[in-house]
Amino acid sequence: MIFRKDRRGDGGVRDAQTAGDPNAPLVSVRDLRVRFRLDKRTLFEAVKGISFDIPRNSTVALVGESGSGKSVTSLAILGLLPAENSIVDRKSQILYGGRNLAGMSMRRLQKLRGADISMIFQEPMTSLNPVFTCGYQIEEVLKLHMGLTGNRARKRALELLDEVGIPDPSRKINAYPSQMSGGQQQRVMIAMAIACEPKLLIADEPTTALDVTIQKQILDLIDELKRRRQMSVLFITHDLAVVGEIADRVVVMRHGEIREQGAAREVFEHPQDSYTRALLQCRPQLDRRPMRLPVIDDFISGRGPQHIEERVRGVAPSDPTILDVRNLGKSFWSREGLFGRREFKAVEGVSFKLPRGKTLGLVGESGSGKTTVGLTLMRLHEATTGQALFEGKDILAMSSREFAPYKRRIQIIFQNPYASLNPRFTVGQILTEPLTIHGIGASPQARADQVFALLDRVGLPEVSFYKYPHEFSGGQRQRIAIARCLTLKPDILICDESVSALDVSVQAQVLNLLQDLQDEFNLSYIFISHDLAVVKYISDQVMVMSEGKVVEVQQSDELYRHPREAYTQRLLAAIPRGWQGAAAAPA
Amino acid sequence: MAIDLATLPAAAPAREIPHTVSPSLWTLAWRRLRQDRVAMVSMAIVAAFLVLITLSATGLIAADWSREVGVNYAPPTFMGPDASSQHAQTEATAPAAEGETLASHYHSTIVDPLAGVLAEIRARQGKPPAAAPGGAAASPDATVDPLADVMADIRAGKGGAVVSEARAATLPFGGDKWGRDVLKKTIKGSETSILVGILSAVLATFLGTLFGALAGYYGKGVDDFFNWFYSVFSSIPYLLLILAVAAVLKQKGLVTIVLILGLTGWSGIFRLVRGEYLKHKAREYVQAADAIGASNLRRMFVHIFPNISHVVLVQLSILTVAFIKSEVILSFLGFGVPVDVVSWGSMLNEAQNELILGKWWQLVAATVAMATLVTAFSLFTDALRDALDPKLKGGTGASA
Repeated sequence: MIFRKDRRGDGGVRDAQTAGDPNAPLVSVRDLRVRFRLDKRTLFEAVKGISFDIPRNSTVALVGESGSGKSVTSLAILGLLPAENSIVDRKSQILYGGRNLAGMSMRRLQKLRGADISMIFQEPMTSLNPVFTCGYQIEEVLKLHMGLTGNRARKRALELLDEVGIPDPSRKINAYPSQMSGGQQQRVMIAMAIACEPKLLIADEPTTALDVTIQKQILDLIDELKRRRQMSVLFITHDLAVVGEIADRVVVMRHGEIREQGAAREVFEHPQDSYTRALLQCRPQLDRRPMRLPVIDDFISGRGPQHIEERVRGVAPSDPTILDVRNLGKSFWSREGLFGRREFKAVEGVSFKLPRGKTLGLVGESGSGKTTVGLTLMRLHEATTGQALFEGKDILAMSSREFAPYKRRIQIIFQNPYASLNPRFTVGQILTEPLTIHGIGASPQARADQVFALLDRVGLPEVSFYKYPHEFSGGQRQRIAIARCLTLKPDILICDESVSALDVSVQAQVLNLLQDLQDEFNLSYIFISHDLAVVKYISDQVMVMSEGKVVEVQQSDELYRHPREAYTQRLLAAIPRGWQGAAAAPA
Repeated sequence: MAIDLATLPAAAPAREIPHTVSPSLWTLAWRRLRQDRVAMVSMAIVAAFLVLITLSATGLIAADWSREVGVNYAPPTFMGPDASSQHAQTEATAPAAEGETLASHYHSTIVDPLAGVLAEIRARQGKPPAAAPGGAAASPDATVDPLADVMADIRAGKGGAVVSEARAATLPFGGDKWGRDVLKKTIKGSETSILVGILSAVLATFLGTLFGALAGYYGKGVDDFFNWFYSVFSSIPYLLLILAVAAVLKQKGLVTIVLILGLTGWSGIFRLVRGEYLKHKAREYVQAADAIGASNLRRMFVHIFPNISHVVLVQLSILTVAFIKSEVILSFLGFGVPVDVVSWGSMLNEAQNELILGKWWQLVAATVAMATLVTAFSLFTDALRDALDPKLKGGTGASA
């Protein structure tokens, strides 16, 4: 109760201070420098003296790729940087209501956190405590910061859940996080964050882990809450398309420095900085399909994008079919009761034809069964029903011995380049292994030569041969994974979200590489992704899946121009359209 | 096995590309370990012990640990001349009467102090080469004056010269009941205990890792079988199991105790390794290995094993400490090493009786040696775990 009085007193002071000058920015970051101690001698400067303002009632987007220092900046504002190895420069200032948060004591900062400034994170699944109900977790925040207890806290929690758009809040208030979907969990996180009516909401990649349709809902919700509650939002993201939809101001960061900042209109329409221009153009767009995607180097070097002539895509009926999948089904069984089993159909009745040298895009939200299709075709899962005719032979019905020669002809590139390479092998070992297993190459020398050639082909220096995966960046690792598939000279390459975990600029490079390889070796791709813009760019034909079933299969241009099914239309409508969409709204 | 490790590291590429040697995860772990002062000190202590037991195992030091170089219960030199040492010195001046003196001394103070010693003497005589080659069995009435007989036997066995050998009144670290140098005995005892600890830990780790890998990797029926096997093993009380194995293996010896500890101690590491395999077999790098056609065995031991080997290594280290202690306890209880072999456990067992007489040095010697090694080893294990924990190292997703 003492705490509660305290809070009120503090709140009074806060209001008095913030109400002082309505035009002053809510938060001013001045010359923020953050260094990390890597070991005894080395210091790494993650944020190199940046300054920006967060005005009242506005959304500021902090945009940058991994390693740009955007998350470190947000953590510094909240004082959440790990104390043991991070150093905030003494001269750095984070001014909030006339006080410097950078030099503030832990206890006073704690009072601000959650009450005046609150934060939502990328992964709602790990941010919520799985052993407490959602209602309890919201009530706890209310108890700590607002001093509300019992029925009053309960009532307020219900109101909050209703406000963030949870259906049937009186029932969901007793639900555990595991009983909710990802989108609903993120809504609960937002409810907790706004419970104490913060002045500033920091959202760190809040929609990156969510499907496009859910992403759209969450973005709308944040935008609406911002307006209704007159708060400011610091939105951290790598995705410029998302930024275009909601931001008033944009701050572009790279390597701990601000490359460009300004009003969203200015940054999007007249980008001054070469890096910003690159970011805007690296991302595949729905209305254009250049031969090669522009990459950052094109802009930094001042050359400007190369090969921007439009690429024609599409499948002709005369194209020879390499893989004919008929009625593919995969079920998983879970035990129920003593003897019962419940069938869960992950994939049901999927049929498609993959023409040689073309790309089939596979899109759908999480849980739609698109990854299962890929793994089943690789026989990493055994199919329950159906056939997959590879050059006329059903590879699903073969014994594993018969399948062995076909195995090398279908290869897969996984999503996470950090997990798909064995960390104990050197790159040379990783790439030589498939050759050794399949007896390709006459001698170790011949194999090594082949590997050197491949490294060169995927754009990695030859020295990589002797290095370990942990010495490479995400994009480089994905190149290694691609090179590993190429060692076996496959006919079909399944790309399972292969570029989803990569930064925009790296994504463009890897997509270009995949495209070049297709042109060179006439490879057929099955490109699985939740990112519709990327799928549009790389695919000749697109198959939309939902809940294990095929919704529609179409030529890719046709699908994006004239989606037939309602589900596809919904999916396409949810794609963040970048600045154009936002420009249209206020006008 | 289709595993062709020799060709895997591309040892001889056609063209040597100039390169600096990249640090492997092991190298990085070693660098972290080197920064840890406690780790380095404890590692030095463990290494010193290992050097010591290697020297003693090869017979370079302490080979003559069983020679009776001092008088019975020769006190350590740094002790002042108090009652007990004076007593020992009087014994030294009158070696002929020592047995009687002792015996009467015991009789006057304690009810039956020699019962334990006697049992051991009999056992000694049962063992032909070491103690009593003459085969003179101790008759029941020898209880009155057991030491004199035995000592005479031993001396006869070693040749007449030994009889007149000068026995030191005191020894730097004291002497035991037979006048053997406690320092040498401790070194020899260390050899036994550490060797038993390491060998049985290696055996248990091997079994646990193999079973765990099979159960975790194949799952289903194989997993069920090993789980059932493991549950049965862990449902029997530990000591009972040891007694059973000891009974089956009949004779006592170092091999027996290594087998006992190794066969009963694999369950902990089995559970851990099984869990790791369950986790890793679903990882993308293993699926990728499957996609390029790697066989089951190859995925299991070439791909997954190096990624969980830090768990195995830490467990091996923990088990070694645990088994050194187990050996000590077993030998102390009399289930351990045979009597003609000295270990820390048997020294402590002897010390139990000696302590009543105030002869504390054997107890102290064994305890200090054991405490030093076990503490150093445990600290080293902790540091090893910290250094190997891949969670500390960012960016290596597959091993995190």
